[in-house]
Amino acid sequence: MEHFTPFTALVGGSLIGLGALLLFIFSGRIAGISGIASSALFSQEGRSWRLAFIAGIIAGPLLVGAIVSDFSYSTPQLSWQVIVAGLLVGIGTGWGSGCTSGHGICGVSRLSPRSITATVLFMLSGMLIATLLR
Amino acid sequence: MPIIIAFVAGLLMSAGIAYSQMIVPEKVLGFLTLNANWDPSLILVMASALAVYSTGYWLFAKKDKPLFAGQFHLPGKKELDKPLLLGSLLFGAGWGLVGYCPGPALAAISSGSSGTLAFIACMLLGWFISRKLPI
Repeated sequence: MEHFTPFTALVGGSLIGLGALLLFIFSGRIAGISGIASSALFSQEGRSWRLAFIAGIIAGPLLVGAIVSDFSYSTPQLSWQVIVAGLLVGIGTGWGSGCTSGHGICGVSRLSPRSITATVLFMLSGMLIATLLR
Repeated sequence: MPIIIAFVAGLLMSAGIAYSQMIVPEKVLGFLTLNANWDPSLILVMASALAVYSTGYWLFAKKDKPLFAGQFHLPGKKELDKPLLLGSLLFGAGWGLVGYCPGPALAAISSGSSGTLAFIACMLLGWFISRKLPI
């Protein structure tokens, strides 16, 4: 547990919940990042607000970098794993209608049986693959 | 106004993803990998996000409509069908392989990292495939 970072986890998680809540209270929309991003690309209807949401997602780390002086983050090397993982995440969230935000936060909060099932499945599957491969 | 709300919502969520270090694949893999170095931080990220969202959701969901829109847009589907089950398992496998889910990957796009950009390109291709080949 040497890497445990409870403070940043709690503050960051609260910000995630607050952002998602704004979209619900003001616009009545579920803040599912995979659904919003894929619909922004592949569907004409409602494209402008979805593109604005994705612009906010892209700007987030720049905002944190401007406020937190020692903020930096690492990224994965280009590898076959990145290619396969990107395809799995795209196809999986497409078929499964959501990811960690839409199912894991919004759907679980709404007590949606579909979202609770999806969240249990992707958590278990993620733990299985990560634990087997590392 | 919906445009500004959507931008601020995305900005806050992404700032949270970055500040909580969910944007770092190694951090996420530290949670998904069950070993002696297991890092429970992501549980607190999820728990605090759920606490804030569910409190606000259940207080506000009794209203007739959202503040700046005519109606709520909530998923109506109820059944636990094959696309949901298989899709979630495949998503988890990809998440556990590299440590990226869609939000953190998109948030990291300004890094310009070739690994991040390749992941995003493949994720977009995956979304396209899932729409062209529904199961």
